[in-house]
Amino acid sequence: MFAIENYQQAHSIEDAVQLLNENPEARLLAGGTDVLVRLREGHKQFSHLIDIHHLEELQQITLQDNGTLTIGAGVTCTQLIKSELIQQHIPVLAQAADMLGGPQVRNAATLGGNICNGAPSAENASPLLVLNTQVHVLGSEGERILPVEKFYKGPGRVDLSSGELVTGFSIHHEDYSNTGGDFSKYAMRNAMDIATIGCSVVCRMDENRIDDIRIAFTVAAPVPTRCRMAENICKGAVPGAALLHDLAAVVHEDLKPRDSWRASKAFRQHIISMLVQRVAANAINKAGGKLL
Amino acid sequence: MNMEERLTQHLTQKRLVAFTLNGKAVELEIDIRHSLLEVLRNYGLTGAKEGCGVGECGACTVLIDGVAINSCLTLGTWVEGKSVRTIEGEMNEGELSPVQEAYVESGAIQCGFCTPGLVMRTTAFIESGEHHGCCRDDIRHEHAGNLCRCTGYSAVVDAVEAAVEKNR
Repeated sequence: MFAIENYQQAHSIEDAVQLLNENPEARLLAGGTDVLVRLREGHKQFSHLIDIHHLEELQQITLQDNGTLTIGAGVTCTQLIKSELIQQHIPVLAQAADMLGGPQVRNAATLGGNICNGAPSAENASPLLVLNTQVHVLGSEGERILPVEKFYKGPGRVDLSSGELVTGFSIHHEDYSNTGGDFSKYAMRNAMDIATIGCSVVCRMDENRIDDIRIAFTVAAPVPTRCRMAENICKGAVPGAALLHDLAAVVHEDLKPRDSWRASKAFRQHIISMLVQRVAANAINKAGGKLL
Repeated sequence: MNMEERLTQHLTQKRLVAFTLNGKAVELEIDIRHSLLEVLRNYGLTGAKEGCGVGECGACTVLIDGVAINSCLTLGTWVEGKSVRTIEGEMNEGELSPVQEAYVESGAIQCGFCTPGLVMRTTAFIESGEHHGCCRDDIRHEHAGNLCRCTGYSAVVDAVEAAVEKNR
């Protein structure tokens, strides 16, 4: 039995915001793969729930006329993987979603939940970062939109005030068009494991020079992090072994992995150097570039 | 809080939930604090097992509208208007389902605790068409949410391959 003391079902997004404002101590329940586990463990801070699990208006994936892709916060990992829009335009996000948990967890876990719980290891965080994703936050004062990079405040902390809810994410056309992307997760097991290191790269080529590249890591710093120094040495460069070699060194400038029982700092740094080369090379290839 | 208020709060935690269970329409009074797994087992359907209770082992896997979920991490009330399938409903007129048959024929069962969950996961895998063109690695990836301590998984992958073959 879950230690739920107070439970309200929201009938719409607006209703959810109103309930959140009337009950500042309440927490949202969407996929349940984190919240219900905490409740089972008896965490009191989840004993008052506002249920948004069934809200279809949070579960849409759309392509707007101006090319902006929008993804509702309640979209599950499986919906991301199966979505033709995602597969066609931002397959790197589907690739990451497919490495989260196992199939049953992916059938329930939502994109919004994965980001809002603030885990430094969130599978979907690095693809959202490299896609310059905007987070849509709704509160009683209205909507505010901020980059996912700013949304992360610290381990387990995101920029969400009492009474606010993330309704979804948007990705502008210029941030994904003509790009190739790749994702990789290193973990002790291939499945049902928390990443030791996760990495996404999105790249756009101009002839055989790198026009634009974005690189992000998870579990490599207190929050999912972009590697701008590494990105900068790539821009305008002709990709090849020398560039990848430099990348493996420079990537550490923006990262700060830590020692934990899962892996030592030194081991994580080694994985970061390996992954950045592998994932960047794949992204460059998928963007139509050739490694010289 | 006085007695009356306590009683009211207690009562409001119960919801009348109508859904389809293994093909039959049912209406159950469900406490919002109960997981679907607890609801099913209290109803007498003990095929779905509680292994870990936190969504890691898949022993409690059932299908909601054809989608495999961990019933331990699903509120019982979430099934309103949905179709729920458990291992108890898979046999048809005394005949095992093709997936059940494949598990038996492949010897993919030892202690049996994980089997109901695995069979339901394989059933969804095949019925949703995810199995088209799959290799053994794909089968492993798509069954990674089901742990088995006995078989070492080889026989389970054999069973899924056999079930895929039966479905051709």
